[in-house]
Amino acid sequence: MSNYSFRKFKNSIFFVLCAICVVIAVIPLVSILFEVVIRGAPQLSLNFFTTDASKGGIGHAIQGTLIIVGLTSLIGVPVGVLSGIYLSEFGHNRYAQSLRTINNILTQFPSIIVGITAYALIFSIIGSSKWAFSTITGVIALSFIMIPLITRTTEESIKLVPNTLREASLALGTHNWRTTLSVVLPTAKNGLVTGILLAVARIAGETAPLIMTIQGSRYFFRGMDKQMAALPLEIWKNSLQPSQELISKGWGAALILIIIVLTLNIAVRLASRRK
Amino acid sequence: MMKVTGDKLFKILAIVIATSALAILIITGYTLSAGSMPALQKFGLNFFFGQQWNPVESREIFGLLPYILGTLATSGIALLIGVPLSLGIAIFLVEMAPRSLSVPISYIVELLAAVPSVIYGLWGLFVFRGFMVKYIETPISAYFGWFPLFSGAPGGLDILTAGCILAIMIIPTVASISKEVISAVPNSIREGAYSIGATKWEVIRRWVISYGRSGIFGAVILGLGRAVGETMAVSMLIGNATSFSAMPTSLFNPGQTLASLIANGILDATSSLTYSAYIGAGLTLLFMSLIINVGAHMVMTRVFKDKGGAIEQ
Repeated sequence: MSNYSFRKFKNSIFFVLCAICVVIAVIPLVSILFEVVIRGAPQLSLNFFTTDASKGGIGHAIQGTLIIVGLTSLIGVPVGVLSGIYLSEFGHNRYAQSLRTINNILTQFPSIIVGITAYALIFSIIGSSKWAFSTITGVIALSFIMIPLITRTTEESIKLVPNTLREASLALGTHNWRTTLSVVLPTAKNGLVTGILLAVARIAGETAPLIMTIQGSRYFFRGMDKQMAALPLEIWKNSLQPSQELISKGWGAALILIIIVLTLNIAVRLASRRK
Repeated sequence: MMKVTGDKLFKILAIVIATSALAILIITGYTLSAGSMPALQKFGLNFFFGQQWNPVESREIFGLLPYILGTLATSGIALLIGVPLSLGIAIFLVEMAPRSLSVPISYIVELLAAVPSVIYGLWGLFVFRGFMVKYIETPISAYFGWFPLFSGAPGGLDILTAGCILAIMIIPTVASISKEVISAVPNSIREGAYSIGATKWEVIRRWVISYGRSGIFGAVILGLGRAVGETMAVSMLIGNATSFSAMPTSLFNPGQTLASLIANGILDATSSLTYSAYIGAGLTLLFMSLIINVGAHMVMTRVFKDKGGAIEQ
Protein backbone atom coordinates (compact mmCIF):
# COMPACT_ATOMS: atom_id res chain seq x y z
CA MET A 1 0.00 0.00 0.00
CA SER A 2 1.43 3.35 -0.95
CA ASN A 3 2.00 6.03 1.65
CA TYR A 4 -0.86 8.18 0.37
CA SER A 5 -3.47 5.46 0.39
CA PHE A 6 -2.36 4.52 3.90
CA ARG A 7 -2.94 8.10 4.99
CA LYS A 8 -6.35 8.07 3.35
CA PHE A 9 -7.12 4.79 5.08
CA LYS A 10 -6.14 6.31 8.42
CA ASN A 11 -8.38 9.26 7.62
CA SER A 12 -11.44 7.10 7.15
CA ILE A 13 -10.64 5.04 10.28
CA PHE A 14 -10.75 8.20 12.38
CA PHE A 15 -13.93 9.32 10.70
CA VAL A 16 -15.54 6.06 11.78
CA LEU A 17 -14.08 6.36 15.30
CA CYS A 18 -15.57 9.83 15.75
CA ALA A 19 -18.95 8.60 14.56
CA ILE A 20 -18.70 5.74 17.07
CA CYS A 21 -18.05 8.31 19.85
CA VAL A 22 -21.35 9.97 18.96
CA VAL A 23 -23.18 6.64 19.03
CA ILE A 24 -21.65 5.75 22.42
CA ALA A 25 -22.84 9.08 23.87
CA VAL A 26 -26.35 8.71 22.48
CA ILE A 27 -26.88 5.14 23.74
CA PRO A 28 -27.13 6.09 27.46
CA LEU A 29 -29.70 8.80 26.75
CA VAL A 30 -31.83 6.45 24.65
CA SER A 31 -31.48 3.70 27.23
CA ILE A 32 -32.40 6.02 30.13
CA LEU A 33 -35.51 7.30 28.34
CA PHE A 34 -36.50 3.77 27.26
CA GLU A 35 -36.10 2.22 30.71
CA VAL A 36 -37.82 5.10 32.52
CA VAL A 37 -40.83 4.88 30.21
CA ILE A 38 -41.02 1.07 30.20
CA ARG A 39 -40.62 0.69 33.96
CA GLY A 40 -42.40 3.87 35.00
CA ALA A 41 -45.48 3.89 32.79
CA PRO A 42 -47.21 0.86 34.40
CA GLN A 43 -47.19 2.76 37.72
CA LEU A 44 -49.27 5.65 36.46
CA SER A 45 -52.82 5.76 37.78
CA LEU A 46 -55.09 8.34 39.36
CA ASN A 47 -54.22 6.97 42.77
CA PHE A 48 -50.50 7.34 42.03
CA PHE A 49 -50.89 11.07 41.41
CA THR A 50 -53.31 11.97 44.20
CA THR A 51 -52.30 10.05 47.34
CA ASP A 52 -49.28 10.10 49.63
CA ALA A 53 -46.92 7.27 50.55
CA SER A 54 -49.36 5.69 53.00
CA LYS A 55 -51.75 4.93 50.13
CA GLY A 56 -49.03 4.07 47.63
CA GLY A 57 -48.99 7.33 45.67
CA ILE A 58 -46.44 10.04 45.06
CA GLY A 59 -48.85 12.97 45.12
CA HIS A 60 -47.01 14.35 48.15
CA ALA A 61 -43.73 14.38 46.21
CA ILE A 62 -45.26 16.12 43.19
CA GLN A 63 -46.81 18.68 45.53
CA GLY A 64 -43.49 19.13 47.34
CA THR A 65 -41.57 19.72 44.11
CA LEU A 66 -44.16 22.28 42.94
CA ILE A 67 -44.01 24.09 46.29
CA ILE A 68 -40.24 24.22 46.55
CA VAL A 69 -39.71 25.16 42.90
CA GLY A 70 -42.42 27.84 43.18
CA LEU A 71 -41.04 29.38 46.39
CA THR A 72 -37.47 29.26 45.10
CA SER A 73 -38.53 31.00 41.89
CA LEU A 74 -40.21 33.73 43.97
CA ILE A 75 -36.77 34.54 45.39
CA GLY A 76 -34.52 33.44 42.57
CA VAL A 77 -36.19 35.15 39.61
CA PRO A 78 -36.34 38.75 40.93
CA VAL A 79 -32.89 38.59 42.53
CA GLY A 80 -31.32 36.89 39.52
CA VAL A 81 -32.91 39.24 36.99
CA LEU A 82 -31.91 42.36 38.94
CA SER A 83 -28.34 41.11 39.34
CA GLY A 84 -28.24 40.42 35.62
CA ILE A 85 -29.52 43.94 34.93
CA TYR A 86 -26.78 45.38 37.12
CA LEU A 87 -24.05 43.38 35.39
CA SER A 88 -25.17 44.29 31.89
CA GLU A 89 -26.38 47.90 32.35
CA PHE A 90 -23.97 49.17 35.01
CA GLY A 91 -21.31 46.49 34.79
CA HIS A 92 -18.33 48.24 33.29
CA ASN A 93 -16.27 48.57 36.47
CA ARG A 94 -13.91 46.29 38.36
CA TYR A 95 -16.49 45.47 41.04
CA ALA A 96 -19.00 44.23 38.48
CA GLN A 97 -16.24 42.30 36.74
CA SER A 98 -15.38 40.46 39.94
CA LEU A 99 -19.08 39.81 40.65
CA ARG A 100 -19.33 38.31 37.16
CA THR A 101 -16.39 36.00 37.85
CA ILE A 102 -17.79 34.96 41.22
CA ASN A 103 -21.16 34.35 39.63
CA ASN A 104 -19.65 32.12 36.94
CA ILE A 105 -17.82 30.13 39.59
CA LEU A 106 -21.03 29.79 41.64
CA THR A 107 -22.85 28.26 38.67
CA GLN A 108 -20.23 25.48 38.67
CA PHE A 109 -20.46 24.78 42.41
CA PRO A 110 -21.25 21.21 43.44
CA SER A 111 -24.88 21.31 44.53
CA ILE A 112 -24.25 19.27 47.66
CA ILE A 113 -22.08 22.07 49.02
CA VAL A 114 -25.03 24.41 48.72
CA GLY A 115 -27.24 21.97 50.63
CA ILE A 116 -24.77 21.46 53.44
CA THR A 117 -24.29 25.25 53.67
CA ALA A 118 -28.01 25.95 53.98
CA TYR A 119 -28.30 23.25 56.63
CA ALA A 120 -25.30 24.48 58.63
CA LEU A 121 -26.45 28.08 58.29
CA ILE A 122 -29.90 27.47 59.75
CA PHE A 123 -28.46 25.10 62.32
CA SER A 124 -26.01 27.71 63.57
CA ILE A 125 -28.58 30.54 63.56
CA ILE A 126 -31.42 28.67 65.26
CA GLY A 127 -29.18 26.45 67.34
CA SER A 128 -31.27 23.31 66.96
CA SER A 129 -32.02 20.93 64.17
CA LYS A 130 -35.75 21.58 64.45
CA TRP A 131 -35.74 24.19 61.71
CA ALA A 132 -32.74 22.78 59.88
CA PHE A 133 -34.91 20.12 58.23
CA SER A 134 -37.60 22.33 56.79
CA THR A 135 -39.06 23.72 53.62
CA ILE A 136 -37.36 27.05 54.34
CA THR A 137 -33.86 25.54 54.41
CA GLY A 138 -34.60 23.80 51.12
CA VAL A 139 -35.73 27.06 49.55
CA ILE A 140 -32.52 28.79 50.72
CA ALA A 141 -30.38 26.00 49.24
CA LEU A 142 -32.14 25.98 45.87
CA SER A 143 -32.10 29.80 45.70
CA PHE A 144 -28.30 29.69 46.02
CA ILE A 145 -28.31 27.51 42.89
CA MET A 146 -30.97 29.41 40.97
CA ILE A 147 -29.76 33.01 41.48
CA PRO A 148 -26.36 32.63 39.73
CA LEU A 149 -27.97 30.70 36.84
CA ILE A 150 -30.58 33.39 36.18
CA THR A 151 -28.08 36.21 36.69
CA ARG A 152 -25.90 34.83 33.92
CA THR A 153 -28.65 34.19 31.37
CA THR A 154 -30.25 37.57 32.11
CA GLU A 155 -26.97 39.39 31.57
CA GLU A 156 -26.35 37.53 28.33
CA SER A 157 -29.78 38.23 26.90
CA ILE A 158 -29.86 41.90 27.95
CA LYS A 159 -26.46 42.43 26.34
CA LEU A 160 -28.04 41.50 23.00
CA VAL A 161 -30.47 44.44 23.15
CA PRO A 162 -29.19 47.02 20.64
CA ASN A 163 -27.97 50.30 22.12
CA THR A 164 -30.01 52.29 19.62
CA LEU A 165 -33.19 51.23 21.46
CA ARG A 166 -31.83 52.57 24.75
CA GLU A 167 -30.76 55.79 23.06
CA ALA A 168 -34.13 56.25 21.41
CA SER A 169 -35.88 55.85 24.73
CA LEU A 170 -33.48 58.21 26.54
CA ALA A 171 -33.89 60.76 23.74
CA LEU A 172 -37.60 60.84 24.51
CA GLY A 173 -36.69 62.05 27.97
CA THR A 174 -37.23 58.73 29.71
CA HIS A 175 -35.09 58.02 32.71
CA ASN A 176 -32.54 55.26 32.84
CA TRP A 177 -34.53 53.02 35.16
CA ARG A 178 -37.72 53.42 33.09
CA THR A 179 -35.74 52.63 29.97
CA THR A 180 -34.34 49.48 31.54
CA LEU A 181 -37.71 48.28 32.83
CA SER A 182 -40.01 49.24 29.95
CA VAL A 183 -37.72 49.08 26.90
CA VAL A 184 -34.74 46.84 27.56
CA LEU A 185 -36.43 44.08 29.58
CA PRO A 186 -39.39 43.57 27.20
CA THR A 187 -36.96 43.41 24.28
CA ALA A 188 -34.89 40.77 26.04
CA LYS A 189 -38.01 38.88 27.17
CA ASN A 190 -37.42 35.73 25.12
CA GLY A 191 -33.92 35.24 26.45
CA LEU A 192 -35.04 35.95 30.00
CA VAL A 193 -37.87 33.43 29.86
CA THR A 194 -35.57 30.82 28.33
CA GLY A 195 -33.06 31.29 31.13
CA ILE A 196 -35.70 31.15 33.83
CA LEU A 197 -37.30 27.99 32.45
CA LEU A 198 -33.92 26.24 32.16
CA ALA A 199 -33.12 27.24 35.74
CA VAL A 200 -36.50 25.89 36.88
CA ALA A 201 -35.79 22.61 35.07
CA ARG A 202 -32.40 22.42 36.72
CA ILE A 203 -33.58 23.00 40.31
CA ALA A 204 -36.59 20.72 39.86
CA GLY A 205 -34.14 17.84 39.32
CA GLU A 206 -31.69 18.74 42.09
CA THR A 207 -31.47 16.03 44.72
CA ALA A 208 -28.25 16.42 46.69
CA PRO A 209 -29.09 19.77 48.33
CA LEU A 210 -32.50 18.44 49.42
CA ILE A 211 -31.17 15.47 51.39
CA MET A 212 -30.05 17.55 54.37
CA THR A 213 -32.61 20.33 53.98
CA ILE A 214 -36.21 19.27 53.27
CA GLN A 215 -35.15 15.68 53.95
CA GLY A 216 -38.20 13.99 52.46
CA SER A 217 -41.44 12.91 54.03
CA ARG A 218 -44.26 10.42 53.58
CA TYR A 219 -47.02 13.01 53.88
CA PHE A 220 -48.47 15.97 52.05
CA PHE A 221 -47.16 19.45 52.93
CA ARG A 222 -47.45 20.11 56.66
CA GLY A 223 -45.92 23.57 57.07
CA MET A 224 -42.86 25.65 56.30
CA ASP A 225 -41.01 24.43 59.39
CA LYS A 226 -41.52 20.73 58.70
CA GLN A 227 -39.85 18.17 56.46
CA MET A 228 -41.31 17.89 52.99
CA ALA A 229 -41.23 15.42 50.11
CA ALA A 230 -39.94 16.09 46.59
CA LEU A 231 -39.82 13.98 43.43
CA PRO A 232 -36.01 13.59 43.25
CA LEU A 233 -35.84 12.57 46.91
CA GLU A 234 -38.68 10.11 46.38
CA ILE A 235 -36.74 8.50 43.50
CA TRP A 236 -33.56 8.32 45.57
CA LYS A 237 -35.18 6.87 48.69
CA ASN A 238 -37.28 4.32 46.81
CA SER A 239 -34.37 3.13 44.69
CA LEU A 240 -32.44 2.10 47.82
CA GLN A 241 -35.33 0.04 49.24
CA PRO A 242 -35.29 -3.74 49.08
CA SER A 243 -38.98 -3.93 48.14
CA GLN A 244 -39.65 -4.32 44.43
CA GLU A 245 -42.92 -2.42 44.82
CA LEU A 246 -41.16 0.68 46.17
CA ILE A 247 -38.46 0.49 43.48
CA SER A 248 -41.22 0.47 40.85
CA LYS A 249 -42.71 3.57 42.45
CA GLY A 250 -39.27 5.16 42.15
CA TRP A 251 -39.35 4.49 38.39
CA GLY A 252 -42.83 6.01 38.22
CA ALA A 253 -41.59 9.14 40.00
CA ALA A 254 -38.57 9.21 37.65
CA LEU A 255 -40.92 9.15 34.65
CA ILE A 256 -42.83 12.17 35.95
CA LEU A 257 -39.64 14.07 36.82
CA ILE A 258 -38.03 13.40 33.46
CA ILE A 259 -41.22 14.46 31.65
CA ILE A 260 -41.18 17.78 33.57
CA VAL A 261 -37.47 18.43 33.01
CA LEU A 262 -37.24 17.35 29.38
CA THR A 263 -40.48 19.13 28.40
CA LEU A 264 -39.08 22.39 29.76
CA ASN A 265 -35.75 21.84 28.00
CA ILE A 266 -37.15 20.80 24.63
CA ALA A 267 -39.81 23.54 24.64
CA VAL A 268 -37.17 26.18 25.34
CA ARG A 269 -34.89 24.87 22.62
CA LEU A 270 -37.63 24.69 20.01
CA ALA A 271 -38.83 28.19 20.88
CA SER A 272 -35.37 29.75 20.70
CA ARG A 273 -34.65 27.93 17.45
CA ARG A 274 -37.73 29.35 15.74
CA LYS A 275 -36.59 32.85 16.64
CA MET B 1 -34.95 66.29 41.74
CA MET B 2 -37.22 63.32 42.48
CA LYS B 3 -36.58 61.82 39.08
CA VAL B 4 -32.81 61.95 39.44
CA THR B 5 -33.16 60.06 42.72
CA GLY B 6 -35.22 57.47 40.88
CA ASP B 7 -32.24 56.60 38.72
CA LYS B 8 -29.91 56.58 41.69
CA LEU B 9 -32.26 54.44 43.75
CA PHE B 10 -32.57 51.92 40.96
CA LYS B 11 -28.82 51.71 40.57
CA ILE B 12 -28.27 51.30 44.31
CA LEU B 13 -30.96 48.63 44.46
CA ALA B 14 -29.32 46.81 41.54
CA ILE B 15 -25.87 46.97 43.16
CA VAL B 16 -27.20 45.68 46.47
CA ILE B 17 -29.05 42.81 44.83
CA ALA B 18 -26.13 41.96 42.54
CA THR B 19 -23.89 41.67 45.59
CA SER B 20 -25.88 38.51 46.42
CA ALA B 21 -23.32 36.54 44.40
CA LEU B 22 -20.54 37.74 46.70
CA ALA B 23 -22.79 37.14 49.70
CA ILE B 24 -23.48 33.54 48.66
CA LEU B 25 -19.76 32.88 48.28
CA ILE B 26 -18.94 34.42 51.66
CA ILE B 27 -21.82 32.68 53.45
CA THR B 28 -20.74 29.35 51.98
CA GLY B 29 -17.09 29.82 52.92
CA TYR B 30 -17.82 31.16 56.40
CA THR B 31 -20.52 28.66 57.33
CA LEU B 32 -18.48 25.66 56.26
CA SER B 33 -15.29 26.94 57.93
CA ALA B 34 -17.09 27.70 61.18
CA GLY B 35 -18.97 24.39 61.09
CA SER B 36 -15.86 22.30 60.53
CA MET B 37 -13.79 24.07 63.21
CA PRO B 38 -14.41 21.49 65.99
CA ALA B 39 -13.20 18.61 63.80
CA LEU B 40 -10.25 20.59 62.42
CA GLN B 41 -9.15 21.65 65.90
CA LYS B 42 -9.42 18.16 67.32
CA PHE B 43 -7.66 16.26 64.53
CA GLY B 44 -5.50 18.90 62.87
CA LEU B 45 -3.78 17.71 59.73
CA ASN B 46 -4.83 14.14 60.48
CA PHE B 47 -8.30 15.20 59.42
CA PHE B 48 -7.04 15.35 55.84
CA PHE B 49 -4.44 12.56 55.93
CA GLY B 50 -6.05 10.09 58.30
CA GLN B 51 -7.82 7.00 57.02
CA GLN B 52 -10.15 6.11 59.88
CA TRP B 53 -13.80 7.08 60.08
CA ASN B 54 -15.40 6.13 63.35
CA PRO B 55 -18.51 8.00 64.50
CA VAL B 56 -19.01 5.86 67.63
CA GLU B 57 -19.57 8.23 70.53
CA SER B 58 -16.44 8.99 72.62
CA ARG B 59 -14.21 6.97 70.26
CA GLU B 60 -14.68 9.35 67.36
CA ILE B 61 -11.89 9.69 64.85
CA PHE B 62 -12.24 11.12 61.37
CA GLY B 63 -9.86 11.21 58.41
CA LEU B 64 -10.74 12.21 54.87
CA LEU B 65 -7.85 10.68 52.90
CA PRO B 66 -9.81 7.73 51.40
CA TYR B 67 -12.56 10.04 50.17
CA ILE B 68 -10.19 12.64 48.74
CA LEU B 69 -8.39 9.85 46.85
CA GLY B 70 -11.74 8.31 45.90
CA THR B 71 -12.86 11.64 44.44
CA LEU B 72 -9.64 11.89 42.44
CA ALA B 73 -9.88 8.25 41.28
CA THR B 74 -13.47 8.44 40.03
CA SER B 75 -12.90 11.84 38.39
CA GLY B 76 -9.71 10.50 36.79
CA ILE B 77 -11.58 7.54 35.28
CA ALA B 78 -14.30 9.93 34.12
CA LEU B 79 -11.74 12.09 32.32
CA LEU B 80 -9.86 9.10 30.84
CA ILE B 81 -13.06 7.80 29.25
CA GLY B 82 -15.11 10.95 28.86
CA VAL B 83 -12.56 13.30 27.29
CA PRO B 84 -11.64 11.20 24.21
CA LEU B 85 -15.34 10.50 23.62
CA SER B 86 -16.21 14.19 23.94
CA LEU B 87 -13.38 15.21 21.61
CA GLY B 88 -14.55 12.63 19.07
CA ILE B 89 -18.07 14.05 19.28
CA ALA B 90 -16.86 17.65 18.97
CA ILE B 91 -14.69 16.82 15.95
CA PHE B 92 -17.52 14.88 14.35
CA LEU B 93 -19.97 17.75 14.87
CA VAL B 94 -17.70 20.52 13.59
CA GLU B 95 -15.52 18.89 10.96
CA MET B 96 -17.42 15.93 9.59
CA ALA B 97 -21.18 15.99 10.00
CA PRO B 98 -23.37 17.98 7.62
CA ARG B 99 -25.46 20.69 9.33
CA SER B 100 -28.63 18.64 9.04
CA LEU B 101 -26.96 16.00 11.23
CA SER B 102 -24.88 18.14 13.56
CA VAL B 103 -27.76 20.30 14.84
CA PRO B 104 -29.94 17.43 16.11
CA ILE B 105 -26.92 15.57 17.51
CA SER B 106 -25.87 18.69 19.43
CA TYR B 107 -29.38 18.85 20.90
CA ILE B 108 -29.23 15.23 21.96
CA VAL B 109 -25.82 15.64 23.59
CA GLU B 110 -27.07 18.70 25.46
CA LEU B 111 -30.11 16.75 26.65
CA LEU B 112 -27.67 14.41 28.41
CA ALA B 113 -26.89 17.38 30.66
CA ALA B 114 -30.57 18.00 31.36
CA VAL B 115 -31.25 14.54 32.80
CA PRO B 116 -31.25 14.90 36.61
CA SER B 117 -28.39 13.22 38.40
CA VAL B 118 -30.70 11.05 40.49
CA ILE B 119 -32.15 9.52 37.32
CA TYR B 120 -28.63 8.62 36.19
CA GLY B 121 -28.30 6.98 39.58
CA LEU B 122 -31.54 5.02 39.24
CA TRP B 123 -30.64 3.91 35.72
CA GLY B 124 -27.11 3.13 36.85
CA LEU B 125 -28.32 1.01 39.74
CA PHE B 126 -30.76 -1.14 37.77
CA VAL B 127 -29.53 -1.07 34.16
CA PHE B 128 -25.94 0.14 33.77
CA ARG B 129 -24.61 -1.84 36.74
CA GLY B 130 -25.78 -5.11 35.19
CA PHE B 131 -24.13 -4.19 31.90
CA MET B 132 -20.86 -3.31 33.64
CA VAL B 133 -20.70 -6.56 35.62
CA LYS B 134 -21.58 -8.79 32.70
CA TYR B 135 -19.65 -7.26 29.80
CA ILE B 136 -16.83 -5.22 31.32
CA GLU B 137 -15.89 -6.28 34.82
CA THR B 138 -16.28 -10.05 34.65
CA PRO B 139 -14.15 -10.42 31.47
CA ILE B 140 -11.47 -8.07 32.83
CA SER B 141 -11.48 -9.86 36.14
CA ALA B 142 -11.15 -13.25 34.40
CA TYR B 143 -8.10 -12.26 32.35
CA PHE B 144 -6.41 -9.54 34.40
CA GLY B 145 -7.58 -10.41 37.92
CA TRP B 146 -3.92 -10.98 38.93
CA PHE B 147 -3.25 -7.29 38.41
CA PRO B 148 -3.75 -5.35 41.69
CA LEU B 149 -5.85 -2.67 39.99
CA PHE B 150 -8.41 -5.31 38.97
CA SER B 151 -8.36 -7.46 42.10
CA GLY B 152 -11.48 -8.37 44.00
CA ALA B 153 -14.83 -9.78 42.90
CA PRO B 154 -16.66 -7.54 40.42
CA GLY B 155 -20.00 -6.56 41.93
CA GLY B 156 -20.89 -3.49 39.95
CA LEU B 157 -21.10 -1.16 42.94
CA ASP B 158 -17.53 0.06 42.75
CA ILE B 159 -15.13 2.79 41.69
CA LEU B 160 -15.10 1.73 38.03
CA THR B 161 -18.90 1.88 37.64
CA ALA B 162 -19.04 5.25 39.39
CA GLY B 163 -16.23 6.56 37.16
CA CYS B 164 -17.97 5.31 34.01
CA ILE B 165 -21.28 6.98 34.90
CA LEU B 166 -19.36 10.18 35.61
CA ALA B 167 -17.74 9.85 32.17
CA ILE B 168 -21.21 9.88 30.61
CA MET B 169 -22.24 12.85 32.74
CA ILE B 170 -19.27 15.05 31.80
CA ILE B 171 -19.64 14.42 28.05
CA PRO B 172 -22.11 17.31 27.48
CA THR B 173 -19.85 19.80 29.30
CA VAL B 174 -16.60 18.80 27.61
CA ALA B 175 -18.12 18.15 24.18
CA SER B 176 -20.05 21.42 23.91
CA ILE B 177 -17.11 23.62 24.97
CA SER B 178 -14.66 21.71 22.75
CA LYS B 179 -17.13 22.16 19.93
CA GLU B 180 -17.10 25.94 20.45
CA VAL B 181 -13.31 25.95 20.62
CA ILE B 182 -12.87 23.87 17.47
CA SER B 183 -15.36 25.90 15.47
CA ALA B 184 -13.51 29.07 16.55
CA VAL B 185 -10.34 27.85 14.80
CA PRO B 186 -9.97 30.14 11.74
CA ASN B 187 -10.62 28.49 8.40
CA SER B 188 -7.40 29.97 6.99
CA ILE B 189 -5.49 27.51 9.18
CA ARG B 190 -7.40 24.55 7.73
CA GLU B 191 -7.01 25.85 4.19
CA GLY B 192 -3.29 26.34 4.64
CA ALA B 193 -2.94 22.76 5.85
CA TYR B 194 -5.07 21.31 3.04
CA SER B 195 -3.04 23.23 0.48
CA ILE B 196 0.12 21.36 1.42
CA GLY B 197 -1.71 18.07 0.90
CA ALA B 198 -2.77 17.02 4.38
CA THR B 199 -5.74 14.67 4.79
CA LYS B 200 -8.70 15.78 6.86
CA TRP B 201 -7.57 13.78 9.88
CA GLU B 202 -4.04 15.24 9.67
CA VAL B 203 -5.48 18.74 9.51
CA ILE B 204 -7.55 18.08 12.61
CA ARG B 205 -4.83 16.37 14.60
CA ARG B 206 -1.82 18.58 13.73
CA TRP B 207 -3.41 21.97 13.22
CA VAL B 208 -6.98 22.26 14.56
CA ILE B 209 -6.37 20.45 17.86
CA SER B 210 -3.07 22.14 18.47
CA TYR B 211 -4.52 25.57 17.71
CA GLY B 212 -7.39 24.98 20.14
CA ARG B 213 -5.48 23.02 22.76
CA SER B 214 -5.69 25.63 25.54
CA GLY B 215 -9.45 25.93 25.02
CA ILE B 216 -9.82 22.17 25.03
CA PHE B 217 -7.73 22.08 28.21
CA GLY B 218 -10.21 24.54 29.75
CA ALA B 219 -13.08 22.27 28.69
CA VAL B 220 -11.38 19.30 30.36
CA ILE B 221 -10.92 21.25 33.62
CA LEU B 222 -14.60 22.25 33.60
CA GLY B 223 -15.46 18.58 33.07
CA LEU B 224 -13.24 17.72 36.03
CA GLY B 225 -15.10 20.30 38.12
CA ARG B 226 -18.40 18.66 37.24
CA ALA B 227 -17.04 15.17 38.01
CA VAL B 228 -15.58 16.16 41.39
CA GLY B 229 -18.83 17.64 42.68
CA GLU B 230 -21.28 15.15 41.20
CA THR B 231 -23.15 13.54 44.06
CA MET B 232 -26.28 11.49 43.52
CA ALA B 233 -25.33 9.07 40.75
CA VAL B 234 -21.96 8.43 42.40
CA SER B 235 -23.41 7.93 45.86
CA MET B 236 -25.82 5.33 44.48
CA LEU B 237 -23.17 3.40 42.52
CA ILE B 238 -19.89 3.61 44.40
CA GLY B 239 -20.77 1.10 47.09
CA ASN B 240 -20.70 3.38 50.14
CA ALA B 241 -17.49 2.15 51.80
CA THR B 242 -16.01 3.97 54.81
CA SER B 243 -12.74 4.02 56.74
CA PHE B 244 -9.81 1.86 55.57
CA SER B 245 -11.90 -0.16 53.12
CA ALA B 246 -12.74 3.02 51.20
CA MET B 247 -9.13 3.45 50.05
CA PRO B 248 -9.27 3.17 46.25
CA THR B 249 -6.85 0.27 45.82
CA SER B 250 -8.76 -1.67 43.17
CA LEU B 251 -11.23 -0.56 40.52
CA PHE B 252 -13.56 -3.36 41.60
CA ASN B 253 -13.68 -2.30 45.25
CA PRO B 254 -16.45 -0.19 46.71
CA GLY B 255 -15.23 3.32 47.48
CA GLN B 256 -16.49 6.72 48.48
CA THR B 257 -16.04 10.29 47.27
CA LEU B 258 -16.28 13.43 49.40
CA ALA B 259 -19.67 14.28 47.91
CA SER B 260 -21.08 10.77 48.28
CA LEU B 261 -19.76 10.55 51.85
CA ILE B 262 -21.84 13.60 52.78
CA ALA B 263 -24.93 12.42 50.91
CA ASN B 264 -24.79 8.91 52.34
CA GLY B 265 -23.89 9.74 55.90
CA ILE B 266 -24.80 13.21 57.11
CA LEU B 267 -28.31 12.25 58.23
CA ASP B 268 -26.84 9.59 60.52
CA ALA B 269 -24.58 12.09 62.29
CA THR B 270 -25.64 12.10 65.94
CA SER B 271 -22.82 13.83 67.83
CA SER B 272 -21.78 17.38 67.09
CA LEU B 273 -18.21 16.23 66.31
CA THR B 274 -19.44 13.78 63.65
CA TYR B 275 -21.60 16.51 62.18
CA SER B 276 -18.59 18.82 62.14
CA ALA B 277 -16.55 16.17 60.31
CA TYR B 278 -19.16 16.01 57.53
CA ILE B 279 -19.12 19.81 57.25
CA GLY B 280 -15.32 19.52 57.02
CA ALA B 281 -15.73 17.11 54.11
CA GLY B 282 -17.91 19.77 52.50
CA LEU B 283 -15.24 22.41 53.11
CA THR B 284 -12.60 20.20 51.48
CA LEU B 285 -14.86 19.67 48.48
CA LEU B 286 -15.47 23.42 48.32
CA PHE B 287 -11.72 24.06 48.14
CA MET B 288 -11.19 21.43 45.44
CA SER B 289 -14.07 22.86 43.44
CA LEU B 290 -12.85 26.46 43.89
CA ILE B 291 -9.31 25.62 42.74
CA ILE B 292 -10.59 23.72 39.70
CA ASN B 293 -13.15 26.34 38.68
CA VAL B 294 -10.90 29.35 39.21
CA GLY B 295 -8.25 27.53 37.15
CA ALA B 296 -10.78 26.82 34.40
CA HIS B 297 -11.93 30.42 34.49
CA MET B 298 -8.37 31.71 34.08
CA VAL B 299 -7.67 29.35 31.18
CA MET B 300 -10.91 30.22 29.41
CA THR B 301 -10.52 34.01 29.80
CA ARG B 302 -7.05 33.81 28.29
CA VAL B 303 -8.32 31.62 25.46
CA PHE B 304 -11.03 34.10 24.53
CA LYS B 305 -8.62 37.03 24.79
CA ASP B 306 -5.88 35.38 22.69
CA LYS B 307 -7.99 33.65 20.11
CA GLY B 308 -10.86 36.12 20.17
CA GLY B 309 -9.03 38.43 17.79
CA ALA B 310 -8.03 35.65 15.45
CA ILE B 311 -11.62 34.55 14.91
CA GLU B 312 -12.51 37.87 13.33
CA GLN B 313 -9.74 37.85 10.74
